[in-house]
Amino acid sequence: MSSAKDRIMARLKGAPKRPASALPDWTPPAFGDQRMARFRAMLEAAHADVHEVPAAEWPERLRVILADKGVGSVLFAPKTATGARLAQAWSAGESPKLVAYDRSVEDIKDQLVHEVDAAVTLARGGIAQTGSLVLWPTPDEPRLMSLLPPIHVAVVDKSRIRDSLAETLSAEGWNTGMPTNAVLVSGPSKTADIEQTLAYGVHGPKELIVLVIEGEVE
Amino acid sequence: MAVEARKSDFTGKAHVALNDPKLRANFRRAMDGLMTKRAAQFADAEEWTSLRARGAAIRANALAKLPELLELLEANLTRNGIKVHWAETVAEGNAIVLDILQKAGAKTVIKGKSMVSEEMHLNAHLEANGITPVESDLGEYIIQLAGEAPSHIVMPCIHMNKVEIAELFADKIKNLTYTEDVDELCAAARAALRGAFAGADAGISGVNFLVAETGSLVLIENEGNGRLSTTLPPLHIAVTGIEKVIERLEDVAPLLSLLPRSATGQIITTYVNMISSPRKPGEKDGPKEVHLVLLDNGRSRVYSDVQLADTLRCIRCAACMNHCPVYTRVGGHTYTFTYPGPIGKLLSPQLEGLDCAGDQVHASTLCGACAEVCPVQIPIPDLLARLRTEAVHPTSVAVKGGGSARSLADSLGWGGWTAMYSSPLVYKISTRVMGLVGNLMPASLPMLKQWTSVRTKPKFAAKSLHQLARERGFSNE
Repeated sequence: MSSAKDRIMARLKGAPKRPASALPDWTPPAFGDQRMARFRAMLEAAHADVHEVPAAEWPERLRVILADKGVGSVLFAPKTATGARLAQAWSAGESPKLVAYDRSVEDIKDQLVHEVDAAVTLARGGIAQTGSLVLWPTPDEPRLMSLLPPIHVAVVDKSRIRDSLAETLSAEGWNTGMPTNAVLVSGPSKTADIEQTLAYGVHGPKELIVLVIEGEVE
Repeated sequence: MAVEARKSDFTGKAHVALNDPKLRANFRRAMDGLMTKRAAQFADAEEWTSLRARGAAIRANALAKLPELLELLEANLTRNGIKVHWAETVAEGNAIVLDILQKAGAKTVIKGKSMVSEEMHLNAHLEANGITPVESDLGEYIIQLAGEAPSHIVMPCIHMNKVEIAELFADKIKNLTYTEDVDELCAAARAALRGAFAGADAGISGVNFLVAETGSLVLIENEGNGRLSTTLPPLHIAVTGIEKVIERLEDVAPLLSLLPRSATGQIITTYVNMISSPRKPGEKDGPKEVHLVLLDNGRSRVYSDVQLADTLRCIRCAACMNHCPVYTRVGGHTYTFTYPGPIGKLLSPQLEGLDCAGDQVHASTLCGACAEVCPVQIPIPDLLARLRTEAVHPTSVAVKGGGSARSLADSLGWGGWTAMYSSPLVYKISTRVMGLVGNLMPASLPMLKQWTSVRTKPKFAAKSLHQLARERGFSNE
């Protein structure tokens, strides 16, 4: 007996041939010197908080932002440069409790699902057209960090913001090696399933805080 | 869960829906909002034209190369560690999913939104085999609580208003006090579903695009439930149709610029989730196993007809239904089968057969609003007209149930019509006779009744055009 695949493929291959055609021209948008303004405007329109901060100051600025929100615990990635900066800067003074995502999800699930208030991750880049953060989670900075806690803080280098997804995919050669998971995040979790009324945080983070950093770390 | 009726009864259900003012108000409000938001996204006509031409060509090319791309996709997914399964029928698809779950010892499943799983009636199959599926998309969760089917492919509970949902939640969610506040309702769903996510043995999702060149699954969503379903449980099963494949990763960019803007008037969804592998050694989360079930269910048959295969270009944005004057008035449940609106009128008769869903190809005025907004340029009215023809004069094995609408009365009627118009003598006699007796025929005559039940009976003129012309002195040619 032939397999389902064989039977499906036989029908597809037996169908009349149709020619593929050249793709018509299409130019993705470019924003020139308005790139950052567009990135910020689109993210803010999607209900995210955007802060432009000198690279040396972001952990301190974040401490103030989170203090205003009464955040008690923050999930962080201790082995990343972002996580190390945070741990170092918050070691002195009054800061939220840092929770390290340093083991398998199976060993930390309850805490992740129910307990931490916020998480801090790096974003690989940004996309101005749609106000999107580009995340490529890694073994040291796992996928659920940007998803489970009620507040997601993403740190993105201003120089890594591009105009469009099309530009990002081609300039960075994504098709030559995709990670386990790549995600575009364009605001906090939302739904309009009930009478088209927008509500935030139905499953993912209720708040998205974007720290756009510029310049060198001193 | 209700078992799907084998045959659609569009006319009967439409009359019920048309006389339900609450349902009509719910749809009217929703569709007006969606149309306005979409129009704002495509205000630049030049951009829309070039983007849509690109999107249509990407989908058309993917279909032109469908067998090769599916082979490439399977090879790349397999290399990436994602297991690929092929299902010729819904029953095969359900059996595959059940088998994967049983081998893993899974008892509870958390589901992201998937129309193909609706097409499979997967939930009913899992429940019958002792596995509990929990829908996590808010709209799907609501209709699962209500025991209903989706009435729209993007916004499943669009037929319900806030009060109906508030009553449902108060009834079904433990310890919840009645509230109509949308934020509180969402918070209640979040709280109820968090535990379900954490405890689920597996996650099931759909797929928006399958990228052949990289072996990636692309899923878009706003809530984060899709990411959770595909990240938190140890096992992820994606189900989708064989037609969802595209050739290159770069094709995602223009399609992604068309889909959410057409669907909900958003420039992008909150999350675009690209999955290319199960959890790798050293990674701390993500499913340890990822499976993709590719469902045919009639698609390869449709594919064998070059014209009708355009149906398979669809990217499921729902713009056609949002703009359809029929769908807006009768709502999604009138269509009986999984896919409602203009795309449903094309898909259901082709997947289920014209003998089961043939009435749907007539549930259209052919006004063309659907084709105008379709981001991949599916000529929906042309294809509906083609299916109307196939229902009486079958020409293609691609159409299941072709010829099923042929009836003796119709054949006699049209045969007489042809005879009358092909013979000057018969024509002359017929027009004379009809001029004399036509107005005496009662409107309730069986053949006339369908027309006259909703329209005034036309008046036959006492003299034919030929007679009038001759009286005015026009000679014969």
